[in-house]
Amino acid sequence: MISDNDIDLILNDLHEIYGYDFNYYSRASLKRRINRLYSLDKFLSINEFRSKIISDKNYIKRFIEEITVNVTEMFRDSSFYKELRTRILPVLGTHPFIRIWHAGCSTGEEVYSMAILLQEAGLLHKSLLYATDINPGVLEKAQSGIFPLSHMKQYSENYIASGGLQDFSSYYTANYDGVKFKPELQKKMIFSTHNLVSDSSFNEFHLIICRNVLIYFDKELQERVFNLFDESLANLSYLALGSKETLKFSGIQHKYKQVDREKIWRKIK
Amino acid sequence: MNYSCKILAIGGSAGSLEVLLKVLPHLKEEISFSIIIVLHRKNSSDSALSDLFSTRTKIPVYEVEDKQSIVPGNIYIAPADYHLLIEKNISFSLDFSEKVNYSRPSIDVTFESAADVFNTDLICLLLSGANMDGSNGLKVAKENGAVTLVQDPETADSKIMPSIAIKNNEIDHILTPDQIVTFINSINV
Ligand SMILES: C[S@@+](CC[C@H](N)C(=O)[O-])C[C@H]1O[C@@H](n2cnc3c(N)ncnc32)[C@H](O)[C@@H]1O
Repeated sequence: MISDNDIDLILNDLHEIYGYDFNYYSRASLKRRINRLYSLDKFLSINEFRSKIISDKNYIKRFIEEITVNVTEMFRDSSFYKELRTRILPVLGTHPFIRIWHAGCSTGEEVYSMAILLQEAGLLHKSLLYATDINPGVLEKAQSGIFPLSHMKQYSENYIASGGLQDFSSYYTANYDGVKFKPELQKKMIFSTHNLVSDSSFNEFHLIICRNVLIYFDKELQERVFNLFDESLANLSYLALGSKETLKFSGIQHKYKQVDREKIWRKIK
Repeated sequence: MNYSCKILAIGGSAGSLEVLLKVLPHLKEEISFSIIIVLHRKNSSDSALSDLFSTRTKIPVYEVEDKQSIVPGNIYIAPADYHLLIEKNISFSLDFSEKVNYSRPSIDVTFESAADVFNTDLICLLLSGANMDGSNGLKVAKENGAVTLVQDPETADSKIMPSIAIKNNEIDHILTPDQIVTFINSINV
Protein backbone atom coordinates (compact mmCIF):
# COMPACT_ATOMS: atom_id res chain seq x y z
CA MET A 1 0.00 0.00 0.00
CA ILE A 2 1.38 3.41 -0.99
CA SER A 3 1.60 5.71 2.02
CA ASP A 4 -0.13 9.07 2.25
CA ASN A 5 3.29 10.67 2.20
CA ASP A 6 4.22 9.03 -1.09
CA ILE A 7 0.88 10.07 -2.56
CA ASP A 8 1.73 13.66 -1.65
CA LEU A 9 5.12 13.36 -3.37
CA ILE A 10 3.56 11.90 -6.53
CA LEU A 11 0.92 14.64 -6.65
CA ASN A 12 3.61 17.27 -6.27
CA ASP A 13 5.61 15.81 -9.15
CA LEU A 14 2.54 15.78 -11.37
CA HIS A 15 1.74 19.36 -10.56
CA GLU A 16 5.26 20.74 -10.90
CA ILE A 17 6.32 18.85 -14.00
CA TYR A 18 3.08 18.46 -15.95
CA GLY A 19 0.73 21.07 -14.49
CA TYR A 20 -1.93 18.53 -13.45
CA ASP A 21 -3.13 19.48 -9.98
CA PHE A 22 -4.79 16.57 -8.20
CA ASN A 23 -4.25 18.02 -4.73
CA TYR A 24 -7.92 18.90 -4.31
CA TYR A 25 -9.30 15.57 -5.44
CA SER A 26 -11.01 13.48 -2.79
CA ARG A 27 -8.10 11.59 -1.35
CA ALA A 28 -9.70 8.24 -0.56
CA SER A 29 -10.67 7.59 -4.17
CA LEU A 30 -7.40 8.95 -5.57
CA LYS A 31 -5.34 6.78 -3.23
CA ARG A 32 -7.30 3.73 -4.28
CA ARG A 33 -6.79 4.51 -7.97
CA ILE A 34 -3.05 5.15 -7.57
CA ASN A 35 -2.60 1.90 -5.63
CA ARG A 36 -4.56 0.06 -8.29
CA LEU A 37 -2.34 1.42 -11.06
CA TYR A 38 0.80 0.62 -9.06
CA SER A 39 -0.13 -3.05 -8.84
CA LEU A 40 -1.64 -3.18 -12.35
CA ASP A 41 1.65 -2.00 -13.86
CA LYS A 42 3.68 -4.24 -11.54
CA PHE A 43 6.06 -1.67 -10.14
CA LEU A 44 8.56 -3.08 -7.67
CA SER A 45 9.08 0.03 -5.58
CA ILE A 46 7.68 3.47 -5.05
CA ASN A 47 10.93 4.92 -6.35
CA GLU A 48 10.56 3.06 -9.63
CA PHE A 49 6.96 4.31 -9.88
CA ARG A 50 7.98 7.89 -9.14
CA SER A 51 10.85 7.97 -11.58
CA LYS A 52 8.61 6.57 -14.32
CA ILE A 53 6.16 9.39 -13.64
CA ILE A 54 8.90 12.01 -13.56
CA SER A 55 10.76 10.92 -16.67
CA ASP A 56 8.29 9.25 -19.02
CA LYS A 57 5.92 11.66 -20.70
CA ASN A 58 4.02 8.84 -22.40
CA TYR A 59 3.34 7.20 -19.09
CA ILE A 60 1.54 10.34 -17.90
CA LYS A 61 -1.13 9.79 -20.52
CA ARG A 62 -1.74 6.33 -19.11
CA PHE A 63 -1.58 7.67 -15.56
CA ILE A 64 -4.30 10.25 -16.20
CA GLU A 65 -6.42 7.68 -18.03
CA GLU A 66 -6.22 5.20 -15.18
CA ILE A 67 -6.43 7.60 -12.24
CA THR A 68 -9.60 9.28 -13.46
CA VAL A 69 -12.76 7.19 -13.37
CA ASN A 70 -14.35 6.98 -16.82
CA VAL A 71 -17.30 4.69 -16.19
CA THR A 72 -20.43 6.02 -17.89
CA GLU A 73 -23.62 4.90 -19.61
CA MET A 74 -26.22 6.10 -22.11
CA PHE A 75 -29.41 7.38 -20.49
CA ARG A 76 -28.03 6.54 -17.06
CA ASP A 77 -30.70 7.46 -14.46
CA SER A 78 -33.65 7.40 -16.83
CA SER A 79 -35.72 9.70 -14.59
CA PHE A 80 -33.07 12.40 -15.07
CA TYR A 81 -33.42 12.20 -18.86
CA LYS A 82 -37.18 12.17 -18.52
CA GLU A 83 -37.03 15.48 -16.66
CA LEU A 84 -34.73 16.90 -19.35
CA ARG A 85 -37.28 15.82 -21.97
CA THR A 86 -40.38 17.10 -20.24
CA ARG A 87 -39.23 20.13 -18.23
CA ILE A 88 -36.01 21.52 -19.69
CA LEU A 89 -36.02 21.02 -23.47
CA PRO A 90 -39.40 22.71 -23.98
CA VAL A 91 -37.93 25.85 -22.37
CA LEU A 92 -34.62 25.65 -24.24
CA GLY A 93 -36.60 25.24 -27.46
CA THR A 94 -37.83 28.83 -27.19
CA HIS A 95 -34.27 30.12 -27.78
CA PRO A 96 -33.04 30.80 -31.33
CA PHE A 97 -30.05 28.55 -30.58
CA ILE A 98 -29.02 26.29 -27.71
CA ARG A 99 -25.52 25.90 -26.26
CA ILE A 100 -24.93 22.92 -23.97
CA TRP A 101 -21.71 22.04 -22.10
CA HIS A 102 -21.01 18.47 -21.01
CA ALA A 103 -18.17 18.92 -18.50
CA GLY A 104 -16.38 15.63 -17.75
CA CYS A 105 -18.14 13.82 -20.60
CA SER A 106 -15.86 10.77 -20.49
CA THR A 107 -16.37 8.51 -23.54
CA GLY A 108 -19.41 10.51 -24.64
CA GLU A 109 -22.39 8.24 -23.89
CA GLU A 110 -24.08 11.15 -22.13
CA VAL A 111 -23.53 13.48 -25.10
CA TYR A 112 -25.04 11.04 -27.62
CA SER A 113 -27.99 10.55 -25.28
CA MET A 114 -28.49 14.31 -25.24
CA ALA A 115 -28.25 14.53 -29.03
CA ILE A 116 -30.97 11.89 -29.31
CA LEU A 117 -33.22 13.86 -26.95
CA LEU A 118 -32.61 17.05 -28.95
CA GLN A 119 -33.31 15.35 -32.24
CA GLU A 120 -36.56 13.87 -30.97
CA ALA A 121 -37.59 17.31 -29.74
CA GLY A 122 -36.74 18.79 -33.16
CA LEU A 123 -34.03 21.00 -31.64
CA LEU A 124 -30.77 19.39 -32.70
CA HIS A 125 -30.37 21.58 -35.79
CA LYS A 126 -30.11 24.72 -33.64
CA SER A 127 -28.03 23.22 -30.85
CA LEU A 128 -24.30 23.00 -30.14
CA LEU A 129 -22.97 20.40 -27.73
CA TYR A 130 -19.57 21.21 -26.22
CA ALA A 131 -18.14 18.03 -24.74
CA THR A 132 -15.02 18.35 -22.62
CA ASP A 133 -12.87 16.18 -20.39
CA ILE A 134 -9.41 16.29 -18.81
CA ASN A 135 -8.51 12.99 -20.46
CA PRO A 136 -7.74 13.13 -24.22
CA GLY A 137 -8.04 9.33 -24.47
CA VAL A 138 -11.74 9.27 -23.64
CA LEU A 139 -12.45 12.17 -26.01
CA GLU A 140 -11.00 10.18 -28.92
CA LYS A 141 -13.43 7.39 -28.15
CA ALA A 142 -16.30 9.84 -27.81
CA GLN A 143 -15.46 11.33 -31.17
CA SER A 144 -15.45 7.93 -32.87
CA GLY A 145 -19.11 7.41 -31.95
CA ILE A 146 -18.42 3.69 -31.61
CA PHE A 147 -19.67 1.84 -28.55
CA PRO A 148 -19.72 -1.84 -27.52
CA LEU A 149 -22.61 -3.83 -28.94
CA SER A 150 -22.96 -5.70 -25.64
CA HIS A 151 -24.16 -2.52 -23.91
CA MET A 152 -27.01 -1.77 -26.30
CA LYS A 153 -29.61 -3.92 -24.59
CA GLN A 154 -29.15 -2.02 -21.34
CA TYR A 155 -29.02 1.35 -23.12
CA SER A 156 -32.16 0.55 -25.06
CA GLU A 157 -33.96 -0.23 -21.79
CA ASN A 158 -32.67 2.99 -20.24
CA TYR A 159 -33.81 4.90 -23.33
CA ILE A 160 -37.32 3.49 -23.16
CA ALA A 161 -37.51 4.17 -19.40
CA SER A 162 -36.56 7.79 -20.11
CA GLY A 163 -39.63 8.17 -22.31
CA GLY A 164 -38.04 7.29 -25.67
CA LEU A 165 -40.58 6.12 -28.26
CA GLN A 166 -38.38 5.18 -31.21
CA ASP A 167 -36.69 1.92 -31.94
CA PHE A 168 -33.35 2.57 -30.21
CA SER A 169 -31.45 0.52 -32.79
CA SER A 170 -32.49 3.01 -35.47
CA TYR A 171 -29.86 5.39 -34.05
CA TYR A 172 -26.87 3.21 -34.88
CA THR A 173 -25.52 0.66 -37.32
CA ALA A 174 -24.19 -2.53 -35.78
CA ASN A 175 -20.91 -4.15 -36.78
CA TYR A 176 -19.11 -7.18 -35.37
CA ASP A 177 -18.91 -6.15 -31.74
CA GLY A 178 -19.32 -2.40 -31.95
CA VAL A 179 -22.09 -0.08 -33.04
CA LYS A 180 -21.58 3.26 -34.73
CA PHE A 181 -24.03 6.01 -33.95
CA LYS A 182 -25.49 7.94 -36.87
CA PRO A 183 -23.21 10.77 -38.06
CA GLU A 184 -26.12 13.24 -37.98
CA LEU A 185 -26.15 12.97 -34.17
CA GLN A 186 -22.49 13.90 -34.10
CA LYS A 187 -22.66 16.89 -36.42
CA LYS A 188 -23.39 19.34 -33.59
CA MET A 189 -20.80 18.02 -31.13
CA ILE A 190 -17.52 19.77 -30.40
CA PHE A 191 -14.96 17.78 -28.43
CA SER A 192 -12.10 19.39 -26.57
CA THR A 193 -9.89 18.85 -23.54
CA HIS A 194 -10.71 21.14 -20.66
CA ASN A 195 -9.43 20.82 -17.11
CA LEU A 196 -12.00 21.97 -14.56
CA VAL A 197 -9.19 22.54 -12.04
CA SER A 198 -7.14 24.97 -14.08
CA ASP A 199 -8.98 26.10 -17.22
CA SER A 200 -11.40 28.99 -17.26
CA SER A 201 -14.83 29.64 -18.62
CA PHE A 202 -14.92 29.59 -22.44
CA ASN A 203 -18.50 30.47 -23.37
CA GLU A 204 -21.96 31.16 -22.03
CA PHE A 205 -24.34 28.21 -21.94
CA HIS A 206 -28.04 27.49 -21.62
CA LEU A 207 -27.40 24.15 -19.95
CA ILE A 208 -24.32 22.75 -18.22
CA ILE A 209 -24.29 19.03 -17.48
CA CYS A 210 -21.61 17.85 -15.09
CA ARG A 211 -22.49 14.48 -13.64
CA ASN A 212 -20.40 12.26 -11.40
CA VAL A 213 -17.33 14.42 -11.75
CA LEU A 214 -17.66 16.55 -8.60
CA ILE A 215 -17.77 13.47 -6.35
CA TYR A 216 -14.04 13.11 -7.13
CA PHE A 217 -13.27 16.61 -5.85
CA ASP A 218 -13.01 17.87 -2.28
CA LYS A 219 -15.36 20.57 -1.03
CA GLU A 220 -12.98 23.41 -1.79
CA LEU A 221 -12.50 22.38 -5.42
CA GLN A 222 -16.23 21.70 -5.79
CA GLU A 223 -16.82 25.29 -4.76
CA ARG A 224 -14.34 26.61 -7.32
CA VAL A 225 -15.98 24.57 -10.07
CA PHE A 226 -19.44 25.79 -9.04
CA ASN A 227 -18.18 29.34 -9.48
CA LEU A 228 -16.75 28.48 -12.88
CA PHE A 229 -20.16 27.11 -13.91
CA ASP A 230 -21.93 30.14 -12.49
CA GLU A 231 -19.73 32.40 -14.66
CA SER A 232 -20.59 30.28 -17.68
CA LEU A 233 -24.37 30.31 -17.24
CA ALA A 234 -26.69 33.00 -18.54
CA ASN A 235 -29.61 34.03 -16.38
CA LEU A 236 -32.51 31.50 -16.47
CA SER A 237 -30.25 28.75 -17.78
CA TYR A 238 -29.75 25.33 -16.19
CA LEU A 239 -27.14 23.34 -14.26
CA ALA A 240 -27.47 19.54 -14.02
CA LEU A 241 -25.47 17.37 -11.60
CA GLY A 242 -25.18 13.65 -10.82
CA SER A 243 -27.82 11.94 -8.71
CA LYS A 244 -25.70 12.08 -5.52
CA GLU A 245 -24.32 15.59 -6.03
CA THR A 246 -25.93 18.78 -4.81
CA LEU A 247 -25.75 22.54 -5.01
CA LYS A 248 -27.35 22.75 -1.57
CA PHE A 249 -24.24 23.56 0.46
CA SER A 250 -22.48 25.79 -2.04
CA GLY A 251 -22.02 29.57 -2.00
CA ILE A 252 -23.95 30.01 -5.25
CA GLN A 253 -27.05 28.09 -4.17
CA HIS A 254 -29.07 31.23 -3.37
CA LYS A 255 -28.97 32.13 -7.07
CA TYR A 256 -30.42 28.79 -8.12
CA LYS A 257 -33.72 26.99 -7.77
CA GLN A 258 -34.14 23.25 -8.13
CA VAL A 259 -36.56 22.54 -11.00
CA ASP A 260 -38.23 19.41 -9.70
CA ARG A 261 -37.06 16.12 -8.20
CA GLU A 262 -33.94 15.59 -10.29
CA LYS A 263 -30.58 17.29 -9.67
CA ILE A 264 -31.31 20.11 -12.11
CA TRP A 265 -31.21 23.74 -11.01
CA ARG A 266 -32.25 26.93 -12.78
CA LYS A 267 -30.29 30.15 -12.38
CA ILE A 268 -32.75 32.76 -11.16
CA LYS A 269 -30.46 35.69 -10.27
CA MET B 1 -14.94 -9.13 26.73
CA ASN B 2 -16.07 -5.73 25.50
CA TYR B 3 -14.75 -3.90 22.49
CA SER B 4 -14.51 -0.23 21.63
CA CYS B 5 -14.71 1.44 18.25
CA LYS B 6 -15.67 4.59 16.39
CA ILE B 7 -17.09 2.75 13.41
CA LEU B 8 -18.96 -0.51 13.03
CA ALA B 9 -18.92 -1.37 9.33
CA ILE B 10 -21.40 -4.03 8.20
CA GLY B 11 -21.40 -5.71 4.79
CA GLY B 12 -23.97 -8.10 3.42
CA SER B 13 -25.39 -9.62 0.27
CA ALA B 14 -28.12 -12.19 -0.40
CA GLY B 15 -29.94 -13.05 2.84
CA SER B 16 -28.39 -10.24 4.88
CA LEU B 17 -31.35 -7.86 4.80
CA GLU B 18 -33.42 -10.28 6.87
CA VAL B 19 -30.63 -10.49 9.45
CA LEU B 20 -30.39 -6.72 9.75
CA LEU B 21 -34.15 -6.33 10.06
CA LYS B 22 -34.03 -8.84 12.91
CA VAL B 23 -31.03 -7.27 14.64
CA LEU B 24 -31.88 -3.56 14.37
CA PRO B 25 -34.95 -3.47 16.68
CA HIS B 26 -32.87 -4.91 19.53
CA LEU B 27 -30.08 -2.36 19.39
CA LYS B 28 -29.82 0.40 21.98
CA GLU B 29 -31.25 3.66 20.71
CA GLU B 30 -28.20 5.69 21.65
CA ILE B 31 -24.89 4.52 20.32
CA SER B 32 -21.56 6.26 20.83
CA PHE B 33 -20.19 5.09 17.48
CA SER B 34 -21.49 5.12 13.89
CA ILE B 35 -22.74 2.19 11.89
CA ILE B 36 -21.97 2.04 8.16
CA ILE B 37 -23.94 -0.49 6.16
CA VAL B 38 -22.99 -1.68 2.68
CA LEU B 39 -25.53 -4.00 1.08
CA HIS B 40 -25.58 -5.41 -2.41
CA ARG B 41 -28.88 -4.60 -4.05
CA LYS B 42 -30.44 -3.98 -7.39
CA ASN B 43 -30.29 -0.30 -8.37
CA SER B 44 -33.85 -0.06 -7.22
CA SER B 45 -35.47 2.95 -5.64
CA ASP B 46 -32.83 4.67 -3.57
CA SER B 47 -34.44 5.73 -0.35
CA ALA B 48 -36.40 2.48 0.06
CA LEU B 49 -33.72 0.81 2.15
CA SER B 50 -33.15 3.66 4.61
CA ASP B 51 -36.93 4.07 4.98
CA LEU B 52 -37.23 0.37 5.70
CA PHE B 53 -34.49 0.47 8.36
CA SER B 54 -36.05 3.54 9.94
CA THR B 55 -39.13 1.50 10.71
CA ARG B 56 -37.00 -0.92 12.78
CA THR B 57 -34.82 1.40 14.86
CA LYS B 58 -34.85 4.79 16.56
CA ILE B 59 -31.21 5.33 15.61
CA PRO B 60 -31.23 7.97 12.81
CA VAL B 61 -30.67 6.33 9.40
CA TYR B 62 -29.14 8.24 6.49
CA GLU B 63 -28.58 7.29 2.89
CA VAL B 64 -25.09 8.77 2.36
CA GLU B 65 -24.67 11.94 0.33
CA ASP B 66 -21.32 12.84 -1.18
CA LYS B 67 -18.95 14.60 1.33
CA GLN B 68 -21.35 14.04 4.24
CA SER B 69 -19.60 14.13 7.64
CA ILE B 70 -19.66 11.01 9.79
CA VAL B 71 -21.21 11.82 13.16
CA PRO B 72 -21.40 9.31 16.06
CA GLY B 73 -24.85 7.97 16.89
CA ASN B 74 -26.07 7.45 13.33
CA ILE B 75 -26.52 4.69 10.81
CA TYR B 76 -25.24 5.41 7.29
CA ILE B 77 -26.22 3.38 4.25
CA ALA B 78 -24.24 3.17 1.04
CA PRO B 79 -26.39 4.42 -1.87
CA ALA B 80 -27.10 1.99 -4.69
CA ASP B 81 -24.61 1.91 -7.55
CA TYR B 82 -21.77 3.92 -5.92
CA HIS B 83 -18.76 2.72 -3.95
CA LEU B 84 -18.60 4.27 -0.50
CA LEU B 85 -15.21 5.59 0.65
CA ILE B 86 -14.09 7.32 3.82
CA GLU B 87 -11.85 10.37 3.98
CA LYS B 88 -9.25 11.17 6.65
CA ASN B 89 -11.36 14.14 7.76
CA ILE B 90 -14.10 11.65 8.75
CA SER B 91 -16.48 12.26 5.87
CA PHE B 92 -17.75 10.13 3.01
CA SER B 93 -16.84 10.21 -0.67
CA LEU B 94 -18.82 8.40 -3.33
CA ASP B 95 -17.10 6.75 -6.26
CA PHE B 96 -18.59 5.46 -9.51
CA SER B 97 -15.62 3.35 -10.58
CA GLU B 98 -15.63 -0.21 -11.93
CA LYS B 99 -17.51 -2.87 -10.00
CA VAL B 100 -15.44 -4.91 -7.56
CA ASN B 101 -16.46 -8.57 -7.10
CA TYR B 102 -19.29 -7.80 -9.57
CA SER B 103 -20.60 -5.34 -6.99
CA ARG B 104 -21.10 -1.63 -6.60
CA PRO B 105 -21.16 -0.74 -3.76
CA SER B 106 -18.47 -3.26 -2.89
CA ILE B 107 -17.96 -4.31 0.72
CA ASP B 108 -14.21 -4.76 0.15
CA VAL B 109 -13.89 -1.15 -1.00
CA THR B 110 -15.60 0.26 2.09
CA PHE B 111 -13.90 -2.05 4.59
CA GLU B 112 -10.46 -1.28 3.11
CA SER B 113 -11.11 2.44 3.08
CA ALA B 114 -12.44 2.39 6.67
CA ALA B 115 -9.41 0.38 7.78
CA ASP B 116 -7.07 2.99 6.31
CA VAL B 117 -8.76 5.77 8.30
CA PHE B 118 -9.87 4.11 11.55
CA ASN B 119 -7.30 1.32 12.09
CA THR B 120 -7.95 -0.09 15.60
CA ASP B 121 -11.08 2.05 16.04
CA LEU B 122 -12.94 -0.14 13.58
CA ILE B 123 -15.07 -3.26 13.84
CA CYS B 124 -16.10 -5.02 10.62
CA LEU B 125 -19.00 -7.45 10.39
CA LEU B 126 -19.70 -9.58 7.33
CA LEU B 127 -23.14 -11.17 6.90
CA SER B 128 -24.83 -13.69 4.63
CA GLY B 129 -24.18 -13.63 0.87
CA ALA B 130 -23.53 -15.63 -2.28
CA ASN B 131 -20.44 -13.76 -3.38
CA MET B 132 -16.73 -13.31 -2.58
CA ASP B 133 -17.02 -9.69 -1.55
CA GLY B 134 -15.88 -8.62 1.93
CA SER B 135 -13.22 -11.25 2.46
CA ASN B 136 -10.31 -9.12 1.33
CA GLY B 137 -11.71 -6.13 3.19
CA LEU B 138 -11.67 -8.16 6.40
CA LYS B 139 -8.06 -9.10 5.74
CA VAL B 140 -6.97 -5.50 5.30
CA ALA B 141 -9.01 -4.42 8.33
CA LYS B 142 -7.35 -7.09 10.45
CA GLU B 143 -3.89 -6.04 9.25
CA ASN B 144 -4.70 -2.50 10.36
CA GLY B 145 -5.74 -3.65 13.81
CA ALA B 146 -9.52 -3.78 13.44
CA VAL B 147 -11.76 -6.41 15.03
CA THR B 148 -13.38 -8.78 12.52
CA LEU B 149 -16.73 -10.52 12.86
CA VAL B 150 -18.57 -12.90 10.53
CA GLN B 151 -22.08 -14.23 10.72
CA ASP B 152 -22.09 -17.95 11.53
CA PRO B 153 -22.58 -19.57 8.08
CA GLU B 154 -24.90 -22.13 9.67
CA THR B 155 -27.35 -19.31 10.39
CA ALA B 156 -26.92 -17.63 6.99
CA ASP B 157 -29.37 -17.86 4.11
CA SER B 158 -26.41 -17.87 1.73
CA LYS B 159 -23.36 -19.43 3.31
CA ILE B 160 -20.82 -18.68 0.57
CA MET B 161 -19.73 -15.19 1.56
CA PRO B 162 -19.25 -15.83 5.29
CA SER B 163 -17.64 -19.22 4.59
CA ILE B 164 -15.09 -17.79 2.16
CA ALA B 165 -14.26 -15.02 4.62
CA ILE B 166 -13.69 -17.55 7.39
CA LYS B 167 -11.61 -19.80 5.15
CA ASN B 168 -9.36 -16.96 3.96
CA ASN B 169 -8.94 -15.02 7.17
CA GLU B 170 -8.41 -15.34 10.84
CA ILE B 171 -11.73 -14.05 12.19
CA ASP B 172 -12.04 -12.74 15.75
CA HIS B 173 -15.62 -13.89 16.32
CA ILE B 174 -18.15 -15.96 14.41
CA LEU B 175 -21.61 -14.97 15.64
CA THR B 176 -25.26 -15.98 15.31
CA PRO B 177 -27.79 -13.15 14.81
CA ASP B 178 -28.61 -13.19 18.55
CA GLN B 179 -24.94 -12.97 19.43
CA ILE B 180 -24.56 -10.10 16.96
CA VAL B 181 -27.15 -8.14 18.94
CA THR B 182 -25.38 -8.82 22.24
CA PHE B 183 -22.01 -7.94 20.74
CA ILE B 184 -23.13 -4.61 19.26
CA ASN B 185 -24.91 -3.60 22.47
CA SER B 186 -21.70 -4.15 24.42
CA ILE B 187 -19.51 -1.93 22.22
CA ASN B 188 -17.98 1.02 24.12
CA VAL B 189 -19.62 0.10 27.44
C1 LIG C 1 -17.36 8.98 -13.88
S1 LIG C 1 -17.00 9.96 -15.29
C2 LIG C 1 -18.55 10.76 -15.56
C3 LIG C 1 -19.09 10.52 -16.93
C4 LIG C 1 -20.50 11.03 -17.17
N1 LIG C 1 -20.62 12.45 -16.93
C5 LIG C 1 -21.52 10.25 -16.35
O1 LIG C 1 -22.01 10.73 -15.35
O2 LIG C 1 -21.79 9.10 -16.72
C6 LIG C 1 -15.93 11.26 -14.68
C7 LIG C 1 -15.18 12.01 -15.75
O3 LIG C 1 -14.63 13.22 -15.20
C8 LIG C 1 -13.39 13.47 -15.82
N2 LIG C 1 -12.59 14.41 -15.01
C9 LIG C 1 -11.92 14.14 -13.87
N3 LIG C 1 -11.23 15.23 -13.45
C10 LIG C 1 -11.50 16.22 -14.36
C11 LIG C 1 -11.07 17.57 -14.49
N4 LIG C 1 -10.25 18.13 -13.60
N5 LIG C 1 -11.54 18.29 -15.53
C12 LIG C 1 -12.37 17.73 -16.45
N6 LIG C 1 -12.80 16.45 -16.38
C13 LIG C 1 -12.35 15.69 -15.36
C14 LIG C 1 -12.79 12.11 -15.96
O4 LIG C 1 -11.76 12.08 -16.94
C15 LIG C 1 -14.00 11.24 -16.32
O5 LIG C 1 -14.13 11.12 -17.70
